[in-house]
Amino acid sequence: MAKPKVATTSLAGCFGCHMSILDIDERILKLVELVDFDKSPINDIKKFTGRCAVGLIEGGCANEENVEVLREFRKHCDVLIAVGECAIMGDIPAMRNMVPLKECLDEAYLNGPSVYNPSGQVPNDPEIPLLLNKVYPINEVVKIDYFLPGCPPSADTIWQALTALLGGKPVELPYELIKYD
Amino acid sequence: MSETIPITIDGVEVQAKPGQTILEAADAAGIYIPRLCYQKDLVPFGACRVCTVLVNGRPQPACTQPVAPEMVIDNSSEKVQTYRRNIIEMLFVEGNHFCMFCEKSGNCELQALAYRFGITAPKYPFLFPKREVDASHPDIFVDHNRCILCARCVRASRDVDGKNVFGFVGRGPHKKVAVNADANLGGTDAAATDKALDICPVGALMRKRVGYAVPVGQRDYDTKPIGSDIETSKAK
Ligand code: SF4
Ligand code: SF4
Repeated sequence: MAKPKVATTSLAGCFGCHMSILDIDERILKLVELVDFDKSPINDIKKFTGRCAVGLIEGGCANEENVEVLREFRKHCDVLIAVGECAIMGDIPAMRNMVPLKECLDEAYLNGPSVYNPSGQVPNDPEIPLLLNKVYPINEVVKIDYFLPGCPPSADTIWQALTALLGGKPVELPYELIKYD
Repeated sequence: MSETIPITIDGVEVQAKPGQTILEAADAAGIYIPRLCYQKDLVPFGACRVCTVLVNGRPQPACTQPVAPEMVIDNSSEKVQTYRRNIIEMLFVEGNHFCMFCEKSGNCELQALAYRFGITAPKYPFLFPKREVDASHPDIFVDHNRCILCARCVRASRDVDGKNVFGFVGRGPHKKVAVNADANLGGTDAAATDKALDICPVGALMRKRVGYAVPVGQRDYDTKPIGSDIETSKAK
């Protein structure tokens, strides 16, 4: 029987949650016996090769590409898991939600104390994904099945959730594994 | 007048004392009723409603409701727990709670309640309100992003410190803690030694230069859920 596939991605995040996935240490060998990794920065597969059992999403939606990737994940994965606080509540990237987008761009590219930008241009190449008006938690964009809180969630939390799901059991986190920091 | 008032909490008969609130009677009996704005030694305020119980089927705040004979109190049904969970979730989305860099994380009562209720994510959309930080005082600061309007600082400053530094202004989503100076906290006679500083349940009213003093893993709620001190007092 073919092994179930797991896909992962980082949207507007810092890859800390992916570090936490790697942090499951030697258990990753057991994981590789249990599943095949599909689209993921871990193996650098860029496109889905087939239907996935589980999609792990790190990061919120800050630009149009994030939204597109997230929708792809929803389309190709049976179960979607929001991994970490950026995916759950926007987190550090969402700190710009309290400031109008134009002010953010002006500060970053024109007015910031360390900015050197003689052309006075805000980057606008069509190759650069358009920023959204604000950063959105992913469950405001597509339906999310499970949430693993933490910044990042501990390796144990990720392990616990993955093994439960792959074993056909509900994801239940004990007290020690629910952390927002 | 009889010595005690018999009430029932979750099917357990409790002998309450006259004049006690439901919450006080439950505490004495080792039954934990979740709470945020309530603080022993402060006048009950009934602001947060996290302590909602069903009294003979009707929702009441346990911190302000005095006991009466034959009360039948529901402190644990799914219905009651859902009220509380919803309130906790709303408190998260209506402020800006960035626990990952909050100095109070691990010692915060709001966060601890969310942990105790097993909340992995609020079901409501985050509002991301624009709020201010007032760091004008040399020793303390108020971060309105994290304030849950529990009025503990208001009551402590008024009744314990005798200073009346804090009060509320505005209504609804515009309600916020204000200070008794023309401009900001720096202009008040608030001091780092004030009771008001000890008593904020969240990271809204904080002392400067002491953040992150206790490492992760050793903070108040890292291993034991909030309320377990009350629950273990029952076992003894
Ligand atoms: S006050 Fe509590 S809930 Fe709010 S950010 Fe700080 S730790 Fe989190
Ligand atoms: S500053 Fe703290 S104590 Fe005062 S109302 Fe806000 S949350 Fe409560």
